[in-house]
Amino acid sequence: MTLQETGVAAGAAAAQPAPLLSLDGVSKVFNGDLVALKGMSLDVFQGDFISLLGPSGCGKSTALRLIAGLSHPTSGRINWAGGQDAGDLGVVFQEPTLMPWATVAQNVWLPWRLRGKSFAAMKGRIDEALALVGLEKFAASYPRELSGGMKMRVSIARALVTNPRLILMDEPFAALDEITRHKLNNDLLALRAKIGCTIVFVTHSVFESVFLSSRIVVMAARPGRVIHEVAVVAPYPRGEDFRTSADYAAHCRAASAALHDAIGD
Amino acid sequence: MAIADTAAAAPVLDEEEARRARARRRERLGRWLMPLIVLVMMIFLWDRICVWNNIPHYILPRPGLVAETLWVDRVILFKALLITLRTTFLALLVAVIGGVGLAVLFTQSKFFEMSFYPYAVILQVTPIVAIAPLIFIYIQSKLIGMLLCAWIVAFFPVLSNTTLGLKSADHNLRDLFSIYGATRWQRLRYLQLPAALPYFLGGLRIAGGLALIGAVVAEYVAGTGGVGSGLAFTILESSYRLNIPRVFAALILIAAMGVVIFMALSLLSHLLLRKWHESAIKRES
Repeated sequence: MTLQETGVAAGAAAAQPAPLLSLDGVSKVFNGDLVALKGMSLDVFQGDFISLLGPSGCGKSTALRLIAGLSHPTSGRINWAGGQDAGDLGVVFQEPTLMPWATVAQNVWLPWRLRGKSFAAMKGRIDEALALVGLEKFAASYPRELSGGMKMRVSIARALVTNPRLILMDEPFAALDEITRHKLNNDLLALRAKIGCTIVFVTHSVFESVFLSSRIVVMAARPGRVIHEVAVVAPYPRGEDFRTSADYAAHCRAASAALHDAIGD
Repeated sequence: MAIADTAAAAPVLDEEEARRARARRRERLGRWLMPLIVLVMMIFLWDRICVWNNIPHYILPRPGLVAETLWVDRVILFKALLITLRTTFLALLVAVIGGVGLAVLFTQSKFFEMSFYPYAVILQVTPIVAIAPLIFIYIQSKLIGMLLCAWIVAFFPVLSNTTLGLKSADHNLRDLFSIYGATRWQRLRYLQLPAALPYFLGGLRIAGGLALIGAVVAEYVAGTGGVGSGLAFTILESSYRLNIPRVFAALILIAAMGVVIFMALSLLSHLLLRKWHESAIKRES
């Protein structure tokens, strides 16, 4: 049994300390009648890699915006262990969202710059973040000189330069070609192994979610809600071996079945 | 065998490429040469029309006479040019400060924009020639009056373009700034102003030409008192005296000034944007 149902995963979680972040019955209603998200509860623990998987309109991006504090829940609570401050969060959007007028290094500097730190003082951190995504040679380039995959790497470097407690990723690789996406999937796991960050990742790809995450939260649409949580218990590091293993295929089948449940509802 | 094939095939391709290169060279040359040829032909035609019809020089001077006047009157004309240039430049400067300042206020406060935007539009659509006489009745200083005239004409493109630019910063970047807890000032300084730069520069190029028009109108209305006579006043004065060659000489200088202002602002725009903005990037074809 490689797949565990929610109950078992929660049982394992109970042994851990208090969650880093918890959503408690969070709902979001737009314009008074459009229910984007209904009663979502989720505990995010230190070191988790959680994928929110579901069809469009299932509220996964809404959930991410709520966690990011970009909108506020209509009801329910979002709690950060020990409160939240500006450096706690790194975000990667579907587009690289870089400032075209600034160099790669200046883009990565942004989170620090907004906290009043000079470029010179942060040079070491910036170089380190760029080295982590393999772009140390491109610090002085402008975004337009980079390929789509490289721009996304810059975006990731910017998200992790403050060493945030949690990184949110909103379908970051959806617009990339398959080869680049696989490469970035591998790189993301390598990165996570190195710095041990906690990630909440939104995707509509079953394969991507199984390859990357330790927990998959399957969501359904109309109204957007969580219907399953499946744990992927395959150990990290995961590489090409895992991607072609029977184990991976079995996980994908199970996640697919859960997703079909979500769509079929 | 394979080597022979390649050797045979290569020249065919080269000839194609060479033809394309020749076409490109011709086009580059033509870009300069064609307008020049047109200019020479027009001047020649102008000269002939004067001769064929026996037109007196106080009605339409021959091009040679205009050129001569440009040289003989160079001291007067150059002095006038400097005065008009100064008015234009100062007006453009005030237009930039006023336009950008108002644009920032408009984007910072919805109420401010709601209250004052309609009046900015009214100021823009009312012809400056109609307002100018009043300005010089109420404002004693000719210089300030002239600046005000030129400013009224020139500030609007800067205002409207910069406002548009400030509002068009990428939405995801705005979200990112919110997530990182950016202050209003940081958002303006690091996100909105750089995003508005290309729009502002577009407005500036239009404003440069308008500032010149504003300066010319102001000179026509205000005359000379206390400021010295600029090119527009020189035209007015010379036409009263039927010194038509000088009218033409001054006119040529005004047109040249407009072209130089436009080129200078285009160069400025290119230098500021060449590293990152799509408009300034050369593409290999």
